[in-house]
Amino acid sequence: MLEINNLYASIEGKEILKGINLTVNPGEVHAIMGPNGSGKSTLAAVLAGRDLFEVTEGSAEFLGNNLLELSPEDRARMGLFLGFQYPVEIPGVSMVNFMKTAINEQRKYNNLEPLSASDFLKLMREKKEIVEITSSLTNRSVNEGFSGGEKKKNEIFQMAMLEPKLAILDETDSGLDIDALRIVANGVNKLRTKHNATIVITHYQRLLDYIVPDYVHVLYKGKIVKSSGKELALELEEKGYDWIKEQY
Amino acid sequence: MSAENDKILTEITENDYKYGFVTEIETETIPKGLNEEVVRLISAKKQEPEWLLEFRLKAYRHWLTMKIPVWPHLKLPEIDFQDVIYYAAPRKTPKYSSLDEVDPELIDTFNRLGIPLEEQKHLAGVAVDAVMDSISVKTTFRETLAELGIIFCSFSEAVKEHPDLVRKFMGSVVPYTDNFFAALNSAVFSDGSFCYIPKGVRCPMELSTYFRINAANTGQFERTLIVADDDSYVSYLEGCTAPMRDENQLHAAIVEIVAHDNAEVKYSTVQNWYPGDKNGKGGIYNFVTKRGICKGDNSKISWTQVETGSAITWKYPSCILKGNNTIGEFYSVAVTNNHQQADTGTKMIHIGKNSRSTIISKGISAGKSQNSYRGLVKVLKGADKVRNFTQCDSLLLGDQCGAHTFPYLEVDNETAIIEHEATTSKIGEDQIFYCNQRGIDTETAIGLIINGYAKEVLNKLPMEFAVEAQKLLQISLEGSVG
Ligand SMILES: Nc1ncnc2c1ncn2[C@@H]1O[C@H](COP(=O)(O)OP(=O)(O)O)[C@@H](O)[C@H]1O
Ligand SMILES: [Mg+2]
Repeated sequence: MLEINNLYASIEGKEILKGINLTVNPGEVHAIMGPNGSGKSTLAAVLAGRDLFEVTEGSAEFLGNNLLELSPEDRARMGLFLGFQYPVEIPGVSMVNFMKTAINEQRKYNNLEPLSASDFLKLMREKKEIVEITSSLTNRSVNEGFSGGEKKKNEIFQMAMLEPKLAILDETDSGLDIDALRIVANGVNKLRTKHNATIVITHYQRLLDYIVPDYVHVLYKGKIVKSSGKELALELEEKGYDWIKEQY
Repeated sequence: MSAENDKILTEITENDYKYGFVTEIETETIPKGLNEEVVRLISAKKQEPEWLLEFRLKAYRHWLTMKIPVWPHLKLPEIDFQDVIYYAAPRKTPKYSSLDEVDPELIDTFNRLGIPLEEQKHLAGVAVDAVMDSISVKTTFRETLAELGIIFCSFSEAVKEHPDLVRKFMGSVVPYTDNFFAALNSAVFSDGSFCYIPKGVRCPMELSTYFRINAANTGQFERTLIVADDDSYVSYLEGCTAPMRDENQLHAAIVEIVAHDNAEVKYSTVQNWYPGDKNGKGGIYNFVTKRGICKGDNSKISWTQVETGSAITWKYPSCILKGNNTIGEFYSVAVTNNHQQADTGTKMIHIGKNSRSTIISKGISAGKSQNSYRGLVKVLKGADKVRNFTQCDSLLLGDQCGAHTFPYLEVDNETAIIEHEATTSKIGEDQIFYCNQRGIDTETAIGLIINGYAKEVLNKLPMEFAVEAQKLLQISLEGSVG
């Protein structure tokens, strides 16, 4: 599904990603961990097409397409979803209008008719339940005045609506209390199928108690320095990142 | 968002202004320039009564003593008022009683502008006075309205058929001495719309004037007069477009509204004059004086404007709240892009007790444009318990444009409650990217954000106009986030 080869990226001449290799297959859950400033969010942003970052070397393939050549909106329409570490507020744009536009843009791209208003509202209701979101949230402007937890839930809600093939969740767990964490993790688990894949970026092992990964990677100084099964997460929890820092 | 956006920007800004075509029609024009002879000639061409010629001449002589205002936040180029043609009319004039007599080119022109002159084809519930250059081409639904006693016709016809009404109210809200452009208009105005709603009548359809500049090198100077008698109601719409031309064209209009006891007038404008090209070449200079008086107690005047066009806009639709318990409202969205300049706002003059006003101004600036809000709230001594609420927001796209606010407050009565709120925000790249990441392209994202931002004002427009206005906002700003 996703094949990243020797990917380098920089911002304002400063190299952040330094040769990333990663393969993600349908049905898999990958966790990417690592200390702050390692480049986790940068990797997510580069994959999503944020052109603040310049890719200087390497390649990324998504569903057989050269990902790096696609516009961010086309990547999204093809099924790449990024759950933002810091979701932005868009005052004046209602969640309903925003989601409806997003869904219909995706449908148009896939040569499907736009959803009727009633089908759309039905879909909203269904998906809201998955993340236990109250209706008042979807009546407000996108993320405006949402609490930290509400913003994160809203990311998962949008993911549920858009049914991506590959979801990259960037620190969706940070700032959540245990109930919210459980809700978010449940949401992600409910949306798991054989056909889609998830990359969970996280700082803590905590989330991985709920979302059990097939692989854990440690990203440090722009490189994946260690990859293993889920036991690696426990090891990191126990020992912290210092031993990684010492080694690399 | 560099490369991709630059591409979009280029594509869009080089795109046609949709209404930029020219109608090939035989036009009668008078020679360029302005002097007493020209004023007399215009009056003669329109076979006007002596009193109107006198009015024009007084205005002209007064105009000669005036100077173009320098206080707006505008870079005004030197305008050579002798280089303008002050009268142009489609040849087959004057007014057509039946559509069969109207030049097919004209019908076609208005069709292309989305303003069909055939009544059966027209949007249900909208009566139109179509004005091309100096002449009103056709007023639809006149007979239907006449049955209710409503007068809706071109200004020229009103002068002939309802001289007493015109004489009584013309210049009563905007005297020719008011300002430079009002004086100019009063001297050379060519046509426009007139509307009278009798006592107790709710006008059952939207009345609208559609202004079209076609001829080259001409100025357009129309005036509109709306009189709403006691207990009446009318909603009035105004639209305007012009061909794309390299030279600038002058538009100086006057709108006067008189609302008697308990009357309500809603006046909505979607201003889409040609704004000039991306380098600031061409475009309309739009200097407009719009003012309404809430003369009678409990009367109400609402101005709603969506301003997207013109190279320069200078316009302050205002309310004189003379009666007690009167209400004045101003809802505005003003968009400037590329090299456009706008200095627009309102004046609320509170004279009556308990008079209330609301001002909602939403400025959107993009490109290298300059967008200013200028608003006066004035409360006279005897005006007890006045309330005003002003909300003045600016939205910036990019960092080469400017947004400015100039609020003026003159309060002579301690019982007044005046509230003012102002915000400035920017469409951030992170907001755009967030939308992109959900599959929404940049143009659509801007449209969503802009329409969300302007919602409060757009909601005030009549339905069919609101949809148009939404699209227009989006088109005006396409490619402007980089
Ligand atoms: N917009 C930016 N401008 C400049 N430097 C940035 C920007 N975004 C990230 N960086 C730098 O890139 C490095 C990696 O950041 P990030 O990808 O956010 O790390 P992580 O998500 O692993 O904490 C950091 O050194 C950070 O300062
Ligand atoms: Mg991060």
